[in-house]
Amino acid sequence: MTNSEVRMTNERPATRLLSGNEACAVGAVRAGVRFFAGYPITPSTEIAEYLARELPRIGGTFIQMEDEIASICCMNGATAAGVKAMTATSGPGFSLMQEGIGYSVMAELPCIIVNVMRGGPATGTPTRSSQADVMQARHGTHGDHPIVALCPWSVRECFDLTVEAVNVSERLRIPVLVLMDEIVGHMREAVQLPEHVGLWQSKLIKVPPGEYYHYDDSNNYDSRIASFGEGYRVHLTGLTHRKDGFPTDDPEIIRWNMDRLRNKVDDNRSWLWDVTYEDLGSETVIVCYGSAARSAMEAKRMFEQHTGRRVGILRLRMVWPFPMERMIALLRSARRVVVPEMNQGQLRRTIERSVSRHVPVISVQRYDGEMLTPEEIIDAL
Amino acid sequence: MADEHLKTDAPESVNRFLDRFRIDERFPHILCPGCGIGTAMNTVVRALIEMGVNQNELCVVSGIGCSSRISGYLDCDTFHTLHGRALPAATGVKLARPDLKVVVFGGDGDMLAIGGNHFIHAARRNIDVTVFVLNNFTYGMTGGQYSPTTPTCARASTAPFGNVERDFDTCFMARATGAMFVARSTTFHVAHLKKMARLALSKRGFSVVEIISQCPTFFGRYQAMGDAVKMLEWIRDRSIDVSKVADPWVVQDKFVIGVLHDREEVPPYSQLYAELRRLRQIGADCKDLGIPSKVAGTP
Repeated sequence: MTNSEVRMTNERPATRLLSGNEACAVGAVRAGVRFFAGYPITPSTEIAEYLARELPRIGGTFIQMEDEIASICCMNGATAAGVKAMTATSGPGFSLMQEGIGYSVMAELPCIIVNVMRGGPATGTPTRSSQADVMQARHGTHGDHPIVALCPWSVRECFDLTVEAVNVSERLRIPVLVLMDEIVGHMREAVQLPEHVGLWQSKLIKVPPGEYYHYDDSNNYDSRIASFGEGYRVHLTGLTHRKDGFPTDDPEIIRWNMDRLRNKVDDNRSWLWDVTYEDLGSETVIVCYGSAARSAMEAKRMFEQHTGRRVGILRLRMVWPFPMERMIALLRSARRVVVPEMNQGQLRRTIERSVSRHVPVISVQRYDGEMLTPEEIIDAL
Repeated sequence: MADEHLKTDAPESVNRFLDRFRIDERFPHILCPGCGIGTAMNTVVRALIEMGVNQNELCVVSGIGCSSRISGYLDCDTFHTLHGRALPAATGVKLARPDLKVVVFGGDGDMLAIGGNHFIHAARRNIDVTVFVLNNFTYGMTGGQYSPTTPTCARASTAPFGNVERDFDTCFMARATGAMFVARSTTFHVAHLKKMARLALSKRGFSVVEIISQCPTFFGRYQAMGDAVKMLEWIRDRSIDVSKVADPWVVQDKFVIGVLHDREEVPPYSQLYAELRRLRQIGADCKDLGIPSKVAGTP
């Protein structure tokens, strides 16, 4: 995943008591994020608060914009000017950001959008938790395009997956979503952060400005692109564009442009996919992600202790792109699949498509803002 | 675009630079015959050339709409963003690269309707950008709907019986929300426009030039004004220099042109933030910058 080791001397590997939101912000700084544009929203605000303190100290920029639409557009501007940038929000703000996320996809601007999920729709339950934006993360913007969404389950993983999100976005030149939830964001754990984090460094541009194409077939991923102010005279647009960046409505080039966006993720899906699992030979397998996986892990332990029978567990650290072929292989011997989610069963249908139609997929749902209990999951085992 | 006319009366050197600044291979452009946007673009580019702005240190940002297409015809870093969002995007560019000259183009719908909130806050923050608001009183790209600047009683495709809304004074809002420099000019007064553009571009901080422009295809047609020449005559006859009015902010039926507001510069956001970064190194904070403040003198 990474090809360089960068040591940050101002961070010591000591045990720290951090919340998920703080760990996310620390991870972003360690991964080189130097720009944050955001708008206050519960339960994500601690990320902005941490970065407002930290970024000016290390030469970065923090700005609180007038709304989430302005936040994502401001972040896109900073990204286009060559700075690693991020924003953080929750449901209502995430809805407002959708058009801007589409712009990041279309203009191929690498950036991070953290969504600390709360209950919806509308204002919903600001101080309660949910996983109800999983489908919005995938299909929230208009138009066809792939998306990458990471889903941490612990404070340490908030750090790790934020670093990972920065690396993936740099490598593929796409926006990457970090789907946290209120439980993970506000939970405090003692964590030991690594002394080294691996950072992706893209290949440098080798051609002079006259021969440079912003969207060349050879630079769809793994390569650096020119930023504003480097003399390459870049044109960025949200319109479907040619390889020089200028708009077109030529059907052949529209297809090329759309394929290019799809191939970014499709060509790289095998290393992108990120699942962890245990005891997959068992008859029943729990498929889970985010904070619901914490309850699932405890349910597995309690069930095994009580019955003596093993239960498999498969946790998605990356929910999008959905690792379909990998899931088909991993769930081949499962006879029952249980999917606990803090929503009305959003990912259950997708998971259903990865198992034989004779295998029942049982959705365990909780959408009252409270955490799933291990007992609720055990009832379905 | 009236480039033939401009070529004959401009000095040779300016024409050569104009050719270099404009990407003619992108032509034919999308603008209608008689549109004022080409005039506005060429005039602003001339101002930039005369000021010796380096193309490699210039970023032109725009939103969506006819006037926002200007960014697609210029040979420099250009950023054609989302509808209404040119100013937040320009804010991001300017804060990430304070050394770049950032120029924003937008229409009346783009800047004042969907982007109105961003306009207010970019002015309030004093982002160091120059904004050219091309006001043709209508949404041209979508076919002549009424906009925030469509005059009361004017007809539009979505106001078939006349517009009952009151129209916006762009310059008044720009001044009220904290712009350092505000001027108005028109596509008829080309030399005047260039002068206003140069003044705005050389002002540090948020500066605004409203450019009254003609849209014969939609606005002019709905008002039965005639062709582009007739519309330019309308603009000429309706314009009055700021020196000839007692109070430019109360004139309702004319375009008051000239410098309407030019205040003493205060440091723009990017500079203040850079100073804040330095102050953090020594443990000081914003209060140590000595800016007039309601909380000055408190601990």
